[in-house]
Order: sequence, then structure tokens, then C-alpha cells
Amino acid sequence: MSYLPKSPWLVHYDASSCNGCDIEVLACLTPLYDVERFGVLNIGNPKHADIFVVTGSVNEQNRSVIQNIYNQMAEPKVVVAVGACASSGGIFRECYNVQGGVDNVIPVDVYVSGCAARPEAIIDGVVQALGVLEQKYEESKKKGAETSHV
Amino acid sequence: MGKRTVVPFGPQHPVLPEPIHLDLVLEDEKVVEAIPSIGFVHRGLEKLVEKRDYQEMAYVSERICGICSFVHGHGYCETLEGLFQVEVPDRAKFLRIMWGELSRMHSHLLWLGLMADAFGFESLFMQAWRLREKILDIFEQTTGGRIIHSVCKVGGLWRDVPEDMLKKIVETLEGMEGELQELANVFLKDYTVQKRTQGLGKMSAEEAFECGAMGPMLRGSGVAMDMRGLGQSGYEHLKFDPVVEQGGDCYARTNVRIREVFQSIDLIKQAIGLMPEGSIENKVKGSPEGECLVRMEQPRGQVIYYAKANGTRHLERFRVRTPTFANIMPLLNMLPGCDLADVPILVLTIDPCISCTER
Ligand code: SF4
Repeated sequence: MSYLPKSPWLVHYDASSCNGCDIEVLACLTPLYDVERFGVLNIGNPKHADIFVVTGSVNEQNRSVIQNIYNQMAEPKVVVAVGACASSGGIFRECYNVQGGVDNVIPVDVYVSGCAARPEAIIDGVVQALGVLEQKYEESKKKGAETSHV
Repeated sequence: MGKRTVVPFGPQHPVLPEPIHLDLVLEDEKVVEAIPSIGFVHRGLEKLVEKRDYQEMAYVSERICGICSFVHGHGYCETLEGLFQVEVPDRAKFLRIMWGELSRMHSHLLWLGLMADAFGFESLFMQAWRLREKILDIFEQTTGGRIIHSVCKVGGLWRDVPEDMLKKIVETLEGMEGELQELANVFLKDYTVQKRTQGLGKMSAEEAFECGAMGPMLRGSGVAMDMRGLGQSGYEHLKFDPVVEQGGDCYARTNVRIREVFQSIDLIKQAIGLMPEGSIENKVKGSPEGECLVRMEQPRGQVIYYAKANGTRHLERFRVRTPTFANIMPLLNMLPGCDLADVPILVLTIDPCISCTER
């Protein structure tokens, strides 16, 4: 569990998912679980986000888009790959236009399993991501302290 | 003439969870031209038939799209049943109708929610999605999955639904009717909502037909075309009239979809009432051969499945033509001349499903 004094904001991108995992990501935000009441917001602007939630696998066309969104996010940032497709390519891994999971393009911190991933699993993944975020935050603070000391 | 600017819309955009990219050419606030580029979700799924045998392909085709996953699984199985020339038992047919109509309800409710979100009515969005969860609960109780059900197989179904569950489904749906009506009232009678949807994206019947619109897009313009009226896959036993509205604008299309939700409840009740006892599967043997084409009505319009087999366990060719692909053309006709602020509503009014389109 994390003790970060802030609520994480997410940016969601649908790489080449079948929509199954996407609507489950949205289902987390709507009345079934309503994570917005804890301050977890799904926002459109990558520059405001701490956690990058990716569904679906990588293909030639969206490779640069994933990279672009990732680059726009401010440090520290965490990537959550939701669903079998985002983790490894899933059922489509042998398709000619699928290059595999998201970790081909950007470093992934948390993998959420399932096809489609259940909302409970997605929320669990985001909570784990918070732990990673806190770690990265601590590290960056330490680094900052060291450099300022020198 | 004002100065022209190009505003990119997508592929990562807050209004749509799915990636589609439009280059909007603007003159002041008015759109003059919209140039789409697609291919962000293309996986090349049809070619998987070479690697997966015909039974496994049923699971793959369900993943064409996670919103109408049942319909895609069903359509694929029906195409293969055409190749094998087997007819599924009546019970299986009616169960398929039940799940198909439940898919339609959940798809339309999802769309209503996204539409409300597009014109900035957050609480209405939440309401629609809250009601949708009840349908997903039914799916989970009967098939085991919320989104991907994997319940259809070539020749029938993997699992039956017990009688008491069927009764419960009818009760749940009847209980929902009141709440749905409340939701519908906001969409159809609220002044602000009307202001955003009425008169927007107008298409006459000829225009809609000419540019190949499908489903609620076409029926919202007064053309009564619905593949459920073909009298196949069990619909011939049900009382069914396509929902048609004359307005041809976003308001009429919203109305069509709302009325279809109620129609689906009615069809499910009819199907459950007619459902006979008996087996749910006619086993298929051997390998498929020949060609078959099936047309069906998806929540978004007509979908076509084509399969060609050569007597091996792997199909030679599998092709799907989905309604969103047909509906992109009317969208490009509607966009020029509209305000930039109306673009999200117009994009949503076709009920885009990009992952269907690009597969
Ligand atoms: S993991 Fe399954 S449900 Fe999720 S996007 Fe991939 S195919 Fe669809």
C-alpha cells in the first residue's frame, strides 16, 4: 500500500485493443466502483497524469503514439499494462500487424492479467502502481538531495 | 474567407476512448473539411484463420470488438453452420436472441452515456452506465464473463440457462423499465439536451441511403432497414417492427436507440416465452467446405460475415464487414459546416466502433 499524499491521475490510451479492456477501465470510473470518489481521475492530458494505463497491443501505426504520450508525462511516472493484449499480445500475438506487448516500446511497471481484465483487477493494478510511484518519488527526492549537496 | 487552421482530433482524445484521427480544417469556428486517418487498431485478425482452426476462431472473432462481442461470436458461428449446413436447435436460437438483444441494450446504454459525456452532462453519463451494469450482471450470471462471453460454438452453445434464471432475467428487465424511462425523458425532453442535438447533422433519407449509412443512422433518417426483419435465426417467430424516426438529426438517432432499448426488452420477453425445452447443440462433424455469407443486425447496423472453406480444419478466407466502416462516410458528409464544439457529438452520433472497423 502506498502513503503518497496525493491521488493519482490516469491517462488512458487504447493501443490496439478490442475495446473489452477499455470499457472495463471506464467501468472502474463509473458507478460500479466509482474510483473518482477517491480522487482518481481519468484525464485527457498526459502532462497532468501520473499513471499511464495502456490497453491493447502495439502495432506499427500506434507505436509512435504510445511513445509520444509516455514522453509527454512528467516524472515520476508509472505504466500499467491492462489485459493480455497489452502484456504480451494476447490472442492476437500471431497476427501480422501485432508486435507484442507494450513493453516493446516503453518500460512497464505493472501487468494486469485477464481477457478482458476485470475491473477489480484493474483497480488492484492501479493500487500497486501507486506503490511503485511512491518508490520512484522517494528515489528522485534522494537523487535531488544528493545533487544539491554536491 | 477567414484563415484556415488545422486542428488534430485524436488518436488519444478525452471524448472517445478509441483511437481515430481526424484532421479538422477550420475556418474560424466552422469545420470546412475533415480528413480521417485510421489504422491505429488494425491487428490483421482475419488472417488468423490460417493459424487457428474453425472452432478456435469463434473465440478470436468474439474479440473483434468487446462491445458487441456476443454478436460477433454468434455471426461467425452462424456462418460456419451455413457451411456445415446444420441448423441449431430452437432453444439455442432463442438463447442467442436473448443474449444478442442484451448486447444491444448494453451497447446502446454505453453509447447514451458517452453521448451525454460528449455534451458535458456528467451525471447523465453515470446514470446510463449504472443501468448498463445490471445487464452486465445478467451476462456474468448466465455466461460467466462480463465482456467476453465465449458462449457460442459452431453448432450451438456451450451452456444452457436454467428456467429460474430466465424468470429472474425477465423480472430484472421489467424492473429496469421505469428507470430507463426516466433516463429517456432526460435525453428526449430536457431543454439543454435538445439544444445540443436537434437539427444537428441532418441527413435526408436519400442522402443516408446513398452514402451507405447503416443501422440507427439509417433508421433515424426514416429508412426502415433492419436485418432482424430478414426472418432468420429465430426472429421469424417474434413480433418485430423496425424502429424508425423521421427527423434525420442527432436527436432522431438518439430517439431510435432509446426506443430500441425498449424494443429489445420486448424481444427478450417474447424469446423467453417461446423458448422450448431440449438440447442446445447439434454436433458438427468433419471439416467445413464451400462458401457462406451471413447478414446480421448489430447494435450499430448491418454486419456481413463471409467464410470460404476448403475441406480442412482451417478456413481459407474469413471476412467481416462492419457497420462503423459504412458509417464513416456519412460522418464525413456531416462534419463540414458544423461548429468545432459540435464535432464530438457528430463523431459519437454514428456510434463509432473503431476496433470493429479495423479489426
Ligand atoms: S486482453 Fe482480451 S479483452 Fe482485452 S483488449 Fe485484448 S482481446 Fe480484448
